[in-house]
Formats: sequence, structure tokens, C-alpha cells
Amino acid sequence: MIEPPLSQWHKVIACAALALASLAAQGRELKIAIVFDPDDAHYDAKRLEKNYPGHPLGRPRVGAEVAIGESTFQLDQAGLKVTLQDVPAENVQAAKAKIEALAKQGVRHFLLDLPGVTVAKLAMALRKTDVMLFNVSAPEVTLRRDACSANLFHTLPDEAMTADAMAQFLTSRKWTKVLLLTGAMPADLAQVSAAQKAIKRYGLKLVASKPFKLSNDPRERDLANVTLLTAGIEADVVWVVDADGEFARDVPYHTVLPRPVVGSAGLVAEGWHASWERYGAPQLNRRFKKAANRVMASADWAAWMATKAIIEVALKLPDASQHRRALRNQGIVLDGFKGARLSFRSWDQQLRQPLFLAQGGIGGGIAGVAPFDGFLHPKNNLDTLGTDEKESPCKLTDASGDSGGKK
Amino acid sequence: MTNGSKRETMQKTLIKLFVISATTAVFAVPAWAKQTGGVFISSEKDNTITVLDGKTWQQVALIKTCKRPRHMQLTPDSARLIVACGDDGRADILDVAKKQMVDRVQLEQGAEIFDLSPDGKTLYFSNEEQAQLSMVNLATKKVVRNVKVGEEPEGVKVTPDGKTIYVTSEVANMVHVIDAAAGKVVKNIEVGKRPRRFALTADGKELWVTNELGASVSIIRTADHSVAATLEFVPKGFRVDDITPVGITMTRDGKTAFVALGRANHVAVVDVATRTVKKFILVGKRPWGLALSRDNLTLYVANGMSDDVSIIDVTRGRALKSVKAGRVPHSVVIDD
Repeated sequence: MIEPPLSQWHKVIACAALALASLAAQGRELKIAIVFDPDDAHYDAKRLEKNYPGHPLGRPRVGAEVAIGESTFQLDQAGLKVTLQDVPAENVQAAKAKIEALAKQGVRHFLLDLPGVTVAKLAMALRKTDVMLFNVSAPEVTLRRDACSANLFHTLPDEAMTADAMAQFLTSRKWTKVLLLTGAMPADLAQVSAAQKAIKRYGLKLVASKPFKLSNDPRERDLANVTLLTAGIEADVVWVVDADGEFARDVPYHTVLPRPVVGSAGLVAEGWHASWERYGAPQLNRRFKKAANRVMASADWAAWMATKAIIEVALKLPDASQHRRALRNQGIVLDGFKGARLSFRSWDQQLRQPLFLAQGGIGGGIAGVAPFDGFLHPKNNLDTLGTDEKESPCKLTDASGDSGGKK
Repeated sequence: MTNGSKRETMQKTLIKLFVISATTAVFAVPAWAKQTGGVFISSEKDNTITVLDGKTWQQVALIKTCKRPRHMQLTPDSARLIVACGDDGRADILDVAKKQMVDRVQLEQGAEIFDLSPDGKTLYFSNEEQAQLSMVNLATKKVVRNVKVGEEPEGVKVTPDGKTIYVTSEVANMVHVIDAAAGKVVKNIEVGKRPRRFALTADGKELWVTNELGASVSIIRTADHSVAATLEFVPKGFRVDDITPVGITMTRDGKTAFVALGRANHVAVVDVATRTVKKFILVGKRPWGLALSRDNLTLYVANGMSDDVSIIDVTRGRALKSVKAGRVPHSVVIDD
């Protein structure tokens, strides 16, 4: 396989080719573990029923299964057997102990389907080991900045990327005057900050920013009533930031002026959407739906993508100790079925990728794909979304054992 | 305009065409008399084939097809045009002279690209849903064999001797070499990312494969099925991320190849012997399907995202005209 630009990646492959030839005949095994919290509130059955856009629609594990399934032909050819192991862990200590036990048995690749706080602590706790962690469901910016870690990769887009995608969309539509409605829960804060930064970065005009509160208390109606929140404000668009989703759901069609709603309801920036229909996406969506009995969402795609990336390097390199470097190589081309050549950013190990601006939830439409035409970057236009190298406090290198952003 | 009046207008146009083609037939090369000279363009979203006159480039017919017509190919005698439809999972068979559907063959959902055995008796199509190459006996209309391949197979090419079938797998990033008689994969060749379609050189010694995400063409030696070279495209002002080669065709003398570069909105003209890009020709949005006239002078390019076909003067190396061609035009076939 030769992909431009010719890079070290191919030299590595060339060196590994001989080793592989002898190994292929014997049959190798690759075990990928998926670590999850059985009590994770994100997957509460009642919550999943709501189908909030941008939220998971179920456990992303099936994404990993589909990735293994669709690689069968290549895996058989290479004599590589890939299995998936469930690792339930209620807390950081349990997760750490179980990962270390599996590492002793030779398992090196761990998908993390865990809350962001747990991911940060776990990556820190395991920084002296040689395991690789793949965050597939935590969108927190801090995991890619101050809490970044050499052993941690991210395939799910972070909050900064989704906010930038939205700001690019608004800019390209010339809907420049924004009314921001902000939640006050801890999970909202980082998202609000990402929205504010994106608004500034793309030269949008923040005409007003108002906190909201979920409440039926008449004394708090200024905070709880969308009509009152949007009255007297001349904006092109209402951007609501609500990590929970319940308040945002009722913002569309309740504004005083007839204005589009974006952010956590209305038009939402997502890493994957079942309505995307190019570059092999319909086939992937069908494979997933067949396996999961529901449509594919961003975290499912992230688990699929992480598994595909692991398989990609494992097919070429039998020695897992070379995988981290191979995944960090800027010459690698990962196919995420989004039509772009995907790779991990070297500074924070976030997968660079296009994002969909989706409306109408499941079965709805895709209003656009970011980055949009005209948003240019000196190296890779995908890096107009999220934290670019110069802005990032995270400066990971090929040396393992790095962690933390501020060095 | 009502359907009735549309049909009337079309009939008038058709009559005019017959007059024109009859006149041409008398005064032009008699050997070509049975060829209509028509240019057939499939539209994925309109479920139609637009037929252009090969000389005036005026639309002379609009033929309804099964749902989502994509790849098309003439039978060896050029009497019939086979059209594969992805959504209906069937192929419609068109009488080329009458421009009417005369038959159909059941395939499978997701059927996209196919090729015919040299005797025209067997149709080989890639079945992207089932990840297999299916062989259909066109006389009995039955699937006679399925060969398991990598996920999302796409391009299919049969060698002129009919013994070997090549299939790309977009997900496995491989070209499968299939023994037609045995119905078995005999070799898997690793190529670039998301391999799509094929062209065979005139001498049959090289198989060219477009890699959509690899931004390249892999050149395979058919003698030993090794990758001899990888051709990259760098039109001025574009980055590698914008180059997504899909469609490919070659002149009959095998000297020149044309590669449609998808997102880069250009067609690359490649000297086959030296494997060098000679020129990039600007076309419409997301060009995929290519067809070259028998005299090698005119290239038709289906632009999927601008709903038109660019008509290129090969000698001058530039587009002469773009003609509207239904929503999301996929393939072009010339009956010359």
C-alpha cells in the first residue's frame, strides 16, 4: 500500500512486511477491550428513549463489533483474529485494576466508553503503562488540552470541534447575530465556553447571552420561559447550549421571532448521522442497524473508527508496541466513510474529521458538512475545527509517557 | 408542461433525429450504419437515461429506468444496453435502436458496477450489500455463482479472454483476482485506500485501479499481479485531500488514460507508457463516469454534483460544452 505523501509510515510497513509474512501463516490474535461503567447515566433507558440529538442512542460497543465484522476478509487473509472483551468498571480504581490485569495477559488496546472525568483520571493513573486508550464517548475539551495524555486517543469530536463547525455554518449562511442561551449545569460550562470561543473566532456577533433554567416556578419564569428569554432581542439565530437536552428540546418554535435554533436542538453538529449518504455511509448505516437494531450515532461511529484504526495498524505491525507511533504518523490515511483522509492530530491525539450539521434528529437532514468552503488552514482544512497546534497547551510527542498540557 | 405534451415534443424530436441519422447513414461511413451514435447517460436520482445525439449533443430521448440506474454497458453486438439499478436491485435491458426497455434481469439490492463475459452470456456484478461478486446467466436470468470478497465491492473488470475477473473492495482496500471458471479468489492485491474502478491497457499487461481516498492510481502487472507503480495527481492549487479519483478510461491504442478526479473537478490526462500526467482538464463538479468516443476524439464526463456532462475535445485538451443530464449523472455509454 502506497499513499501520498510517502512517509515514515511506509518505511515502518516495509520493515514489518518480512515479519508479517512468517506470522500470517501461524495466526495471530488481537484482543480489544471495551471499558464501560454499567451505571453510566448517559445510557439510562428513559434517557435513551428521548433520542436527544448529539447524545448517544445506546452503548457504542456495537460500532466496534461492526468494525471487526467488516474487516473479516482482510483479517482472514492476514491470519489475524480480533476479539472484543467487555470490561465493566464502576469507578476509576476498578477500571485501572482490570486494565492492568488484562495488560498482564497481553491486551494493549482499550476502548473507553466512560464519563469524561473518569477518562481523565484513568489516563493519568495508567500513564506509566504501555496500554493505549481510545476515548469514544467523552466530548470534553479538557481531555484534549490540560488533561491530555500520551496513552489517550480520541475518535469522538470534542466540544470545540462541534462549536467551530456550527460557527462555520452560521458564517457561511451569513447568520451572524447570535443570541446564546446557556445552561448552568457543570457539563454546560465547557460547552458554553466552546460556543463563545467559536463565535469570537469566526467573527459572529453575540447580541445577547442569557442563562436558562428548567423550572415551572412562576417566580423564575424569566429564566425558564423561552418566549421571555427571546423577547426584544434582534438576532438571526438562537444558539442554545444544554448538555442535558431537556430544555433545548422545547426551544424551537417557542422563540418570539421566527428564528432558527442551533446548538443542542434544531441544527446540531455531529460526528456521525444516519442520514449521511455518501462515501459508503449507507452501507455502514445498514450494517450497524442490522447489528444494533437502531441507527448509528456519533459515539457508535467513534467506537467503529477506533476499532478500524487499531485493525489498520495491527494488520501491518504485529508488535503492539509500535502501534502508538504508527497511529500518530501524519502519513496514515484512515477511512471514516466521510470522504476525507482522516488522521490523529499529533499534538493532542484527537482524530481530525469532518462534522455534519444535522437537523430533524433521526430521519432528518444534513444541512452541511464542516469544514465549509472558504475556511482554510495552512496545512489541513480539517484543522480549522477544534484546537489547532498553536492554540493547544497539549504538546504530545512520539515519546510515550507524556501527559498534561502545561509543560 | 403536461406529460402528454412532453411526450409529443419528444416524439417530434425523435422523428427529427431519425431523419438526421438516416441522412448521415446514407452519406457517412456505411459500416457504422447500425450504430445510433447516441450518448446514453444514467441519472441516479431521476431514474432516467438521457440520450444525446453524438454530433449535435442535443437531447433526443429520455428513457425511464428502474430505480437508481448507475453503471451501463453495451452487449458485445451493441444491440442492447444493460443498465444496473441499485435501489431496485435489477438490470433493465434497453433496445439501443428503438430506445425502449425490452427486458429485465433480477440482481440484488446495491448492484452497482458490472461487466460482461466476452461472449455476452454472463454478467458479473459487485454486490455491495452481501460483499460478493455474483455471476448471472443472462439466458436463464439466474445467479449461478457467488464469490465472497471484501466488504463493499465496487469495480468489476473481465479480461478479454474471459478467464479472469478483477473486483475492488472499497473497505478491504484490495483488488481480488477471481478465476472465472473456478469461481474462486486466487489472489488479493493490496492497493490504495478505497479502490474504485478499473481500466486494462490495450495489451492487457497492466491493470489500472483508481484509489478514491488514496488520491492515486495503482498500476498492477497482470502477469504476476504485483503493484508496479502508484500514480499520484497534484493539480495546481489542490491538496491531496481534494483529489478523489474514481472514473478511469483509456484510448483504444492504450497510449492515453483519463482519470476523473472527483472533488478536484478535473480530469487527468495520463501518458500510459511513461506513467506521467500530461494535463488536467477542468470539468464540472465531482466528475466520476467517463466515456471516450471510438475515434478517441471526444471524452464525455459525468459530473455527479453539477447534474451535467462535460464534453471534452481530446486533441485540444479542454471542455467544449456542458450538457444538462438529469440529477446526479453516473455513467456514460456511447453507441458508436
